[in-house]
Amino acid sequence: MRTRLSDSLIPGGLAVGGLVLVATLATAQTPAYRAPRTADGRPNLNGIWQALNTANWDLQGHAAAKGPVPSLGAVFVVPPGLGVVEGEEIPYLPAAAARKKENQANWAALDPEAKCYLPGVPRAAYLPYPFQIVQSSQNILISHQFANAVRVVNMGAPTKAPGDSWMGWSNGRWDGETLVVDVTSLDERTWFDRAGNFHSDALHVVERYTPRSADTLTYEATIEDPKVFSRPWKISMPLYRRVERDARLLEFRCVEFAEEMMYGNLRKKPGN
Amino acid sequence: MSRRSLALTAVLAAGVLVALVAQPPVAGQTSSAAAKPQAAAKPWTPPRTPDGRPDLQGIYTDNTVTPFQRPKNLGTKEFYTEQEFAELMKRARQGDIGEEGNLGAANPQEVRYDLELYGFDRSRVRFGSNRRTSLIVGPEGVVPPMLPEARKRNADRAARNKGHEFDSHENRPLSERCIILNQERIPLIPGANEGNLVQIVQGAGYVSILRETNHSTRVIPTDGRPHVPKNIRFYQGDSVGRWEGNTLVVDTTNFTNLSAFQGSGENLHLVERFTRVADDTLVYEFTAEDPTTWARPWSAEIPWTRTRGPVYEWACHEGNNMIVNILRGARVAEQNAAQKR
Repeated sequence: MRTRLSDSLIPGGLAVGGLVLVATLATAQTPAYRAPRTADGRPNLNGIWQALNTANWDLQGHAAAKGPVPSLGAVFVVPPGLGVVEGEEIPYLPAAAARKKENQANWAALDPEAKCYLPGVPRAAYLPYPFQIVQSSQNILISHQFANAVRVVNMGAPTKAPGDSWMGWSNGRWDGETLVVDVTSLDERTWFDRAGNFHSDALHVVERYTPRSADTLTYEATIEDPKVFSRPWKISMPLYRRVERDARLLEFRCVEFAEEMMYGNLRKKPGN
Repeated sequence: MSRRSLALTAVLAAGVLVALVAQPPVAGQTSSAAAKPQAAAKPWTPPRTPDGRPDLQGIYTDNTVTPFQRPKNLGTKEFYTEQEFAELMKRARQGDIGEEGNLGAANPQEVRYDLELYGFDRSRVRFGSNRRTSLIVGPEGVVPPMLPEARKRNADRAARNKGHEFDSHENRPLSERCIILNQERIPLIPGANEGNLVQIVQGAGYVSILRETNHSTRVIPTDGRPHVPKNIRFYQGDSVGRWEGNTLVVDTTNFTNLSAFQGSGENLHLVERFTRVADDTLVYEFTAEDPTTWARPWSAEIPWTRTRGPVYEWACHEGNNMIVNILRGARVAEQNAAQKR
């Protein structure tokens, strides 16, 4: 059937270029998602959230690989996953790149996660466990199921960290629909994932939490560490709301599961 | 600790005294300005959060000189008079106090540190007090006697560990393993100065309570949901909350048999109540009930005082050299004993 151009919605005289122009205009006019507000008028980020990817295994894309414990068979393997690093590359300085390789080769023994150490930022956001945002005007408390890790984001005038800590010092502000959190003074002993990606005590992270629908957020983190990386780099991923009824964080003080690995060599030998 | 005379300012607010300590440059300065209690104190109305709940938020300390249990010689006396209390405070500041005041690490007989250096110096600390003779309320003012079955339960556990106390990390206390420190246990009971900070942040439908000790965080739902099923047990139990007027009431069950608050078992049922009674004071009360441990429930009341932060990160496990050194020491001692044979 013949369709006359003039029968379309495109004004007469505009051809393909015009179609593209109209499409662009239409996209630009589509509003970004506007989250419901808290009682004090801010985007409401309250809730229990969890990442659904393999970032904690490896920030970069990877195929499936065998795990460190063969007797566990397929129960404990490295699952395949696409990366969360924008541009795929993590820009290590040459000496740091070598250390990453060493970390990765020996990750099960070296990864602080295995010891149930506090995970730091941004790793805490994409551990395979939920975390909860409790949002008030002056402070936003983020409580993690893993190791009962916690941090309080100061939403007032920025304050200076009293010292380094595993979960860092967080100052937050609103940028339209986005919560921006500036994190400094992070202890150098945390890793970014189980693939040995690491940082120094100069780490500076800027996070952005942007609601993208009623039950999802976009989480972005820009990572800067001049002692380890040649330039800042960025990760991004969706976070999903735990929507089941009565969803809650459960106690997971994982220290007792790490103890055998950490202190087992100090056990009394039988016969002594 | 050098003797100082300090200005003591006592402000009575809804029956709770908050003792503030000025730090005069000149010794020998003594003044006491105790406000008289108001005959008919109007109940104070807390401000509301934007979603209409009582606003409990802030950083508090539960520091106090009031001991947990009442000294025997005080019998059923539940409150000091104002005069008695002022005298007690004076003696406490001077380090001259026995079991009627809980100085914790500041007890002169137990001094191991330079108190000023480590921030244990009580003369520099804000604390609240309600002139009680003990934190435990009521005529007895002590934890009720343990029932025979509880005594046996605890004795059996100790007996199983006897002679094995240093075999492995599993034989050490939860606190030494940085799994649960005493000062982070619920109900919250003040310890010796350090780690007594609590920060409350409220969001829609939840109240979060962060205890500085071991960064212990509880996020308590206030939507009237049930507890988790009986087969799921936690060291700190499962807490659900509700609002009763201006009071947050938190009900906790589902403890493990290792939680053992004051020797109790897994059937412990804890009810905590948080009420802000003045701009800078929150009254924390708890009632503990366990029919397998005590013949009757018992309660305590602890005033919290608003204070400045920051709340520091207390990363216990990450820095736990203690347990490594204790276990290694035991192995070395065994080796030495074996070599002597």
